[in-house]
Amino acid sequence: MSETLEHIASAARTDAPPAILLDKVNKWYGALHVLRDVSLNVALGERVVVCGPSGSGKSTMIRCINRLETHQEGQIKVNGIELSDDLKALDDIRREVGMVFQSFNLFPHLTILENCTLAPIWVRRMPKKEAEEVAMEYLTRVRIPEQAKKYPGQLSGGQQQRVAIARALCMKPKIMLFDEPTSALDPEMIKEVLDTMVSLAETGMTMICVTHEMGFARQVADRVVFMDRGEIVEIGEPNHLFENPQTERLKTFLSQILRGH
Amino acid sequence: MSDITLNAAPKVAEAAPRTAPISQIGFVGWMRANLFSGWLSTAVTLALGYFIIRWAIGFVDWAFVNAVWSVPNNQTQACRDLRGVGACWAVITEKHRFILFGTYPFEEHWRPALCVALFVGLYVVSAMRRFWRKELALIWAVTLAAIGVLMWGGVLGMPYVPQERWGGLVITLILATFGLAFAFPLAILVALGRRSKLPAIKAICVIYVELIRGVPLISLLFMASVMFPLFLPEGMNIDKLLRAQIAIILFAGAYLAEVVRGGLQSLSRGQYEAADALGLSYWQKTGFIILPQALRLVIPPLVNTFIGFFKDTSLVLIIGIFDLLTAGKTAIIEPAWQGFGIEVYLTVGAIYFIFCFAMSKYSQGLEAELNRHRAR
Ligand SMILES: Nc1ncnc2c1ncn2[C@@H]1O[C@H](COP(=O)(O)OP(=O)(O)OP(=O)(O)O)[C@@H](O)[C@H]1O
Ligand SMILES: [Mg+2]
Repeated sequence: MSETLEHIASAARTDAPPAILLDKVNKWYGALHVLRDVSLNVALGERVVVCGPSGSGKSTMIRCINRLETHQEGQIKVNGIELSDDLKALDDIRREVGMVFQSFNLFPHLTILENCTLAPIWVRRMPKKEAEEVAMEYLTRVRIPEQAKKYPGQLSGGQQQRVAIARALCMKPKIMLFDEPTSALDPEMIKEVLDTMVSLAETGMTMICVTHEMGFARQVADRVVFMDRGEIVEIGEPNHLFENPQTERLKTFLSQILRGH
Repeated sequence: MSDITLNAAPKVAEAAPRTAPISQIGFVGWMRANLFSGWLSTAVTLALGYFIIRWAIGFVDWAFVNAVWSVPNNQTQACRDLRGVGACWAVITEKHRFILFGTYPFEEHWRPALCVALFVGLYVVSAMRRFWRKELALIWAVTLAAIGVLMWGGVLGMPYVPQERWGGLVITLILATFGLAFAFPLAILVALGRRSKLPAIKAICVIYVELIRGVPLISLLFMASVMFPLFLPEGMNIDKLLRAQIAIILFAGAYLAEVVRGGLQSLSRGQYEAADALGLSYWQKTGFIILPQALRLVIPPLVNTFIGFFKDTSLVLIIGIFDLLTAGKTAIIEPAWQGFGIEVYLTVGAIYFIFCFAMSKYSQGLEAELNRHRAR
């Protein structure tokens, strides 16, 4: 079992350098063991969807990748840079890794445009004018350029999430992390956000996406990771994984998901 | 979808919009709803109205109609004859220079007067969002320096005036302005420090806040004026006003820090995480994301504390500093003017009120403007 896992984990695109490497990562919250020997290799340009029951450690895993959480054991490398207490390395990594949250986390006191230009101006030291041009370009790409002067509170949830995606893209990241980007949205808004993510996937962006949208996983994911109780239980191509679940845990999870939809 | 249309009522011609009945809108409607909504409410309204009007007429009679506005060379007999019937504003006419400027040399009064004008100008400029740029800090530094030069003198042909002779309104403004100008940044640093991950910084901030909050301002002022000099080396002396000023800054700083911390706590963790994920540094995150939101949320309690400290500066009277209130008290010590406290305290109160009310009104406007983004 574990042999096949390892095999699949490293099988995809061995020619490209790994964008993200997790090697036997362990993390505890107090006594709670939330990540257990998590190993994952994501190649440049690869799209990985992470699913699993609530509390299985999906968020914790991707939050470790840009060090919103720290891991206690094992190794995480992003673009070849190892995550450690070295602040310089952390800055370099956060510049390259964009993140989209379940609750959008836009800055409510700044306009949409300011939300998108703040980090490029101050972190990337981009001239203001250029940053605004870049921001308008991405806002156009997520199809809300006309909202640039509004405040986040004036937008719908779906629009806010698309702004959050644009905001992350304005930093020109090489890797994008999504933590359940559509779970806080009304059903009619889910599609507009998923469409945005599909078109982003088409540009060849490296993506790790925690989501339960199986249709999305089938459409764009190169691999699907199934987590349960802090472990990666199965990894595989979406169709293969969904049609032939190897473990009881995944079978149970899939039946629950399908019932829920 | 289709069954909804089936069940929908047949469309009728839209009724033309009408204005609401006159009895329910405008002044008449408001009166009816709030003052005369029933016989009890009508009775209360009429009774209260009667007392208010009677009192107002009495006050106008006392303050204006029967008032004495000036008397020749301290002959206050005319005033005393009118005790309880008319106000003796002559005491203000006679003593206003003393109340405003204390024992500052009379022929140099233009200097503290100019300082008061500079302070007010500084407040007005700072209040305008147009001027909220880096240059504002420079404007403050220059103005405060100019005020120091004006008050002390000793240069540019202005005779030197020792601090012991300063007094009145200008002292109150100095204590309040310098106090809040230094206490506010201090408070922000302390509030941030209390949430620091570094245990040493956190401990220092907690101890500072708890210690200072645990003692009354009066005892801090006493310590500053009596005990502090004992610890200084022989011959070294720090100005009494400066010592009081430092005590006020430390005291206000602790209170404001708690207000600011309340604002920091009300921000969601997501705001910090989003800023972190974008790669903003600690100070960028704090300056652009956290503080702007936290401070907006606490404008009302912040201004409440500001107003409280503006008035608390009057406590310096117990260590013999001549602020506005002390000057007012002293003005009526002279035998000729004894007994005209009401007029003097009304005037002093009115001056305090003008400053505090302006602060309050301004903060309401600011709050509405800065929180516009929260409106849908
Ligand atoms: N800050 C924290 N302190 C303590 N425990 C935490 C913390 N954050 C998460 N946990 C716990 O860690 C475990 C994994 O949480 P995590 O958020 O990674 O799960 P998840 O797979 O993302 O779940 P969900 O689908 O509900 O988002 C859960 O049991 C959770 O209760
Ligand atoms: Mg989660």
